Amino acid sequence: MKDGYYSIEQVFRIKAWDFASAGEASSQIKKILKQLGIDPALTRRVTIAAYEAEMNLIIHSVGGEMRLKVTPQSIIVTAEDRGPGIPDIALAMQEGYSTAPEIARELGFGAGMGLPNIKRCADRLNIQSSVGKGTLLEMYFDIKAG
Amino acid sequence: MKEYYHSVTLRKDKCRGCTNCIKRCPTEAIRVRDGKARIIAERCIDCGECIRVCPYHAKVAVTDPLSSIERFRYRIALPAPTLYGQFKDMVDPNAILIALKKIGFDYVYEVARGADYVTAFVKEALKDPQRKRPFISSACPAIVRLIQVRFPELIDNIVDVDSPMEIAAQLARMEFCEKCGVKPEDVGVFFITPCAAKMTSIRNPVGRKKSSVDGAISIQEIYGPLYNQLSKLKDEEVVQIASPFGVGWANSGGACASLGIDSYLAVDGIQNVIRVLEEIEDEKLTDLEYFEGLACPGGCVGGPLTVENGFVAKNRIRKLAEKARGKPVPEDALQAVAPKIQWRFSEKILPKPVMKLDDDIVEAMKKMETIKRIYETLPGLDCGSCGSPSCRTLAEDIVRGYASEMDCIFKLREKVKQLAQEMIVLSEKIPGGRKETERQE
Ligand SMILES: Nc1ncnc2c1ncn2[C@@H]1O[C@H](COP(=O)(O)OP(=O)(O)O)[C@@H](O)[C@H]1O
Ligand code: SF4
Ligand code: SF4
Ligand SMILES: [Mg+2]
Repeated sequence: MKDGYYSIEQVFRIKAWDFASAGEASSQIKKILKQLGIDPALTRRVTIAAYEAEMNLIIHSVGGEMRLKVTPQSIIVTAEDRGPGIPDIALAMQEGYSTAPEIARELGFGAGMGLPNIKRCADRLNIQSSVGKGTLLEMYFDIKAG
Repeated sequence: MKEYYHSVTLRKDKCRGCTNCIKRCPTEAIRVRDGKARIIAERCIDCGECIRVCPYHAKVAVTDPLSSIERFRYRIALPAPTLYGQFKDMVDPNAILIALKKIGFDYVYEVARGADYVTAFVKEALKDPQRKRPFISSACPAIVRLIQVRFPELIDNIVDVDSPMEIAAQLARMEFCEKCGVKPEDVGVFFITPCAAKMTSIRNPVGRKKSSVDGAISIQEIYGPLYNQLSKLKDEEVVQIASPFGVGWANSGGACASLGIDSYLAVDGIQNVIRVLEEIEDEKLTDLEYFEGLACPGGCVGGPLTVENGFVAKNRIRKLAEKARGKPVPEDALQAVAPKIQWRFSEKILPKPVMKLDDDIVEAMKKMETIKRIYETLPGLDCGSCGSPSCRTLAEDIVRGYASEMDCIFKLREKVKQLAQEMIVLSEKIPGGRKETERQE
């Protein structure tokens, strides 16, 4: 195997409304990146984006999976769930837009800044969603040489 | 060599090889190998957690003996404000300062007064809107080192004003030399320390080339001689000049209170500090202006080299601070001393990414895969019998080449069982072995 194609992957299962383990996947991701010696500023961006995606799975979805993939050139974090999907992605991307229920707001979530934050942190972002089926969020980060 | 000087060390003769310390160390710096604990020098931040938890007193902080002050013609004592809370009956801090003069010091300068100056300098720094928020206090060297090791992304948040100890040392030497007309090199400045981390910072400073302090004597060592003097004191001159705020720095929250800002957070105990630093790193505490993290429970009053119960001392400091005689440092006094001392860090604080598996990312990835594979074969009990703090760290140690799978007692038992089984099978094959004998019967 050529080094350039070497990659590692880690999968995290995320349950809906599981606030007790909220943030565990993203803190695992942070730990892995620190051990790999990824630049601290990049590690921070990935962790912030991963945390927002994780919370969205917990609050807005019926549950799903997060996946971390690292290659020597890039870090890819995906968050995939099995519903309910986002009807209007452009609207969801707007700062301050949120459909978070009251209980989530009481816990301090639902500021409508998650997706905009993810966009700010990731080098590239891809969202696919279909109502009734689910949402796939792919966050790409470039590892700069040096 | 100098890079890895540590005050915290192991007394091998006292170590029984238990697992208390390995589990408590915040940087996973301790392993038990061949029945004795060992500290991985690159990782240790001198927080003193292992000193507190060792039931056999095998972990110690090396400080200077009181007799070491004799190296110098003139000696200055720099008592940490924590010292004031160590004596029963609410002894006046002024009396403690006088007692220091009776046991061999020519001059005393309160580190609490240094804290008053630090407060004034930090207030200036806080006015700069360009600086990264939240500011993180640089007062506790164990926390500064923790950030180097575990939170390198937060290095720029550390406020670059030096510690009360360093500032007090410079002011003390300057004042004394001016007053008495002596040469600075004839004067030894000694910090009276509640902790190991400060001792390490004197030998191996972070943020400056060389410490202005010549040595550190532990509160535990100086307590007896001071106590004896206290009872003999008559009416004496007044030398206590620090403000209530400066004295309050001994307690967690003291630094924040003196800054007079709204949005601050003061946290003590290293594990608690780690939790908050994680949140700051993840940008979850965005409206925070200032963070004071102290490694010891309750703040420096809970330092590992103190005598009095930290909770009692904390309460005492609170009451004593109210009676402190001094005022905060006025603007003109600050401007007058600022050019004469080095109050700002001169050296960049560098990250020490000791947790990373390899400098080469592909190698690091390969090691991580191997760690994962090994980890999955371990029992997952985190019992510590192998000498590593958890199954995960044993897997890491194996990959880093510091341990073997057979250090795990469960693995070893499996292996022994398997070997025993093989022995039986083998013995059956040997002519004259068990099977043969049975057949003959
Ligand atoms: N995984 C998801 N499944 C369904 N809807 C989602 C998902 N993630 C985000 N959304 C929708 O997008 C909105 C905006 O998300 P976000 O910017 O993270 O803000 P917040 O989580 O604070 O509501 C959410 O309120 C929700 O309506
Ligand atoms: S002083 Fe702190 S960092 Fe150093 S070995 Fe002891 S517990 Fe670990
Ligand atoms: S809290 Fe105070 S006593 Fe404890 S390590 Fe930090 S500076 Fe030393
Ligand atoms: Mg969100």
